[in-house]
Amino acid sequence: MATKSLLQAIGEGLAEEMRSDESVMILGEDVGRAGGVFRVTQGLQDEFGGGRVLDAPLAESLIVGAAIGLSVNGMRPVAEIQFGDFITPAFDQIVNEAARFHYRSNGAWSCPITIRAPYGAVHGGGLYHSQSIEAWFCNTPGLKVVAPTYPADAKGMLKSAIRDPNPVLFLEHKRTYRLLKEDVPDEDYEVPIGEARVHRIGDDITVVSYGFMLHTVLEVAEGLSEAHGVEAEVVEPRTLYPLDRETILRSAKKTGKFLVVVEANLTGSVAGEISAVVAREAFEWLDAPVMRLGAPDVPAAPFARPMMDAFVPDAAKIERAMLELARY
Amino acid sequence: MDVKDARARHEVLGLTGEDLLRMHYSMLLARRVDERSWILNRQGKAPFVISCQGQEAAQVGAVYGMRPGYDYLYPYYRDLAMTLFLGQSPREQLLSVMGKREDPNSGGRQMPGHFSARELNIVTASAPVGVQYPQATGTALAFKVRGEDGVVLVCGGEASTSGGDWHEAMNFAGIHDLPVVFLVQNNAYAISVPEKAQVAGSIAGRAQGYGFPGVEVDGMDVLAVYEAARGRSSGRGGGGPTLIEAKTYRITAHSSDDDDRRYREREEIEAWRLKDPIPRFERYLEEIGVLDAEAREEVDARIRAEVAEASRSAEEAPPPEPEDALGPVYAGR
Ligand SMILES: Cc1ncc(C[n+]2csc(CCOP(=O)(O)OP(=O)(O)O)c2C)c(N)n1
Ligand SMILES: [Mg+2]
Repeated sequence: MATKSLLQAIGEGLAEEMRSDESVMILGEDVGRAGGVFRVTQGLQDEFGGGRVLDAPLAESLIVGAAIGLSVNGMRPVAEIQFGDFITPAFDQIVNEAARFHYRSNGAWSCPITIRAPYGAVHGGGLYHSQSIEAWFCNTPGLKVVAPTYPADAKGMLKSAIRDPNPVLFLEHKRTYRLLKEDVPDEDYEVPIGEARVHRIGDDITVVSYGFMLHTVLEVAEGLSEAHGVEAEVVEPRTLYPLDRETILRSAKKTGKFLVVVEANLTGSVAGEISAVVAREAFEWLDAPVMRLGAPDVPAAPFARPMMDAFVPDAAKIERAMLELARY
Repeated sequence: MDVKDARARHEVLGLTGEDLLRMHYSMLLARRVDERSWILNRQGKAPFVISCQGQEAAQVGAVYGMRPGYDYLYPYYRDLAMTLFLGQSPREQLLSVMGKREDPNSGGRQMPGHFSARELNIVTASAPVGVQYPQATGTALAFKVRGEDGVVLVCGGEASTSGGDWHEAMNFAGIHDLPVVFLVQNNAYAISVPEKAQVAGSIAGRAQGYGFPGVEVDGMDVLAVYEAARGRSSGRGGGGPTLIEAKTYRITAHSSDDDDRRYREREEIEAWRLKDPIPRFERYLEEIGVLDAEAREEVDARIRAEVAEASRSAEEAPPPEPEDALGPVYAGR
């Protein structure tokens, strides 16, 4: 077992799946010789050739549409969208096509594709290299949306996504790519889609979060424990659609105090759906109103640092929200 | 064709009399099933009809060389003559028209014309115009990656060439020399919008810019379309991409929800009816002695009886159960 960053773990997951299954291939912009703008696919074209690691023309609808057509004809494609912000031209192919193949054909066809997309605010990203795009896709039955945060989870979930007979949107927060390294198993393993993970056990409040926010939440949780004796239970959905309601509800019922922290614009976010589930199903266990923290409802994180920092919930805001909930 | 070639047109194309009769049968069958759909619509038994009438020659000509279950078809909503040719039955089509549980395309989930047949490699179609083109290139790419000789036929109307998906797919097919035939059935209208407000220049001519051949053919002539598609959609000696623009005409309104008197003259339709691809082909068949008037009547009577029986049987088939609406959303591993 070696320690790997999220980025390395994903790259390794891709390589292993391509080695063990000839039908797995990659298409996307700059994925070939360059190894992707973030270097996730580095070295893969050398190993597997230009036919299986294909530099696609700059046309996102084509990239996803061709992935669908490849899957129809026996392949297991992984399509890379260079930045989540540019997934919009492929929206039709993802939402109206891939996600509906199975239902609309009464189960005759399925669409085993994986769409990888880096998302989230990063310094210097500006309005179009920063967006949290998950909410656009989390009311699309037929599609699975996953957003792992830790390297070992990401590798195992990527394998699950590639082997899944349904379309999976695989979101990678750019700021978590190289943030930390952890032990990542060398042997073949899967982390199932649809299962949340409890990162920290606590009795006082529950905080659900994912992506870069999750790292901040975990840091703040340690601080609150030391400074105030507040023990937060921290839950990562890992799969954003369909949600693991059971794990989330179990924690909400245990602590009776519930907060969701996301980097996305708050209104209409995944946090809203999680909150609705808890508000309804855990009502009788709750000792405080369900709370949410997210980005303000402005289009996206701006380019200049002071404005970006105002957009993304930071440790101070998260701590305030967690304390407010704990003291409620 | 060589001017001195004394052989009949179909002989030059390597087609036998039997081939021609099969083509004729498929075209006429599609017409009769289509007509039956309109009757069912007027009887209140079919909420929506979208028609193939006028386009049967373009469809049968293009699909004729395909190997069902090996090559892939991405049809659009008017391609009834193709799906019938490849092996769907009139009863199956009418089950779909009446939204019955046994509808093989979708189990009553989709409007008629949204074809699907896994065993025939007819890929599930939807309503957004143009989405099928990128998908078709991916399917062709899979053949190429594996070194197989399969071919993909993808179809749409002339308006489907206005959006990005068509151009993205044409470009990709050209870059990778993919085994895909783009068949554009240019029927002069997109609902009410005439071709002149839809198409700049020539559709067929655009292929040149993408680096592969494009041909414009008389879409009312089944042999002309077959000739253009032959050796391409058959996979035998085809190779790279081809674009075929078949000039045809939509004889009916856009759909059962459309009143085309708002935007086109009756005289125009009447003039096109004289070019109806089915009687036209029948004249050829009579000329070459393959099908005389009597035999034609006999074929038609057989088809009418088959369609009437299919309709009766489809009508009796049960509707879906309400809870059928709840799945299947995800495929199991
Ligand atoms: C993306 C999209 N926009 C609009 C429509 C509504 N619509 C359905 S068919 C059609 C006209 C299509 O014309 P054409 O491609 O020429 O095919 P035809 O119906 O003439 O065979 C329109 C506007 C649609 N189905 N999809
Ligand atoms: Mg048209």
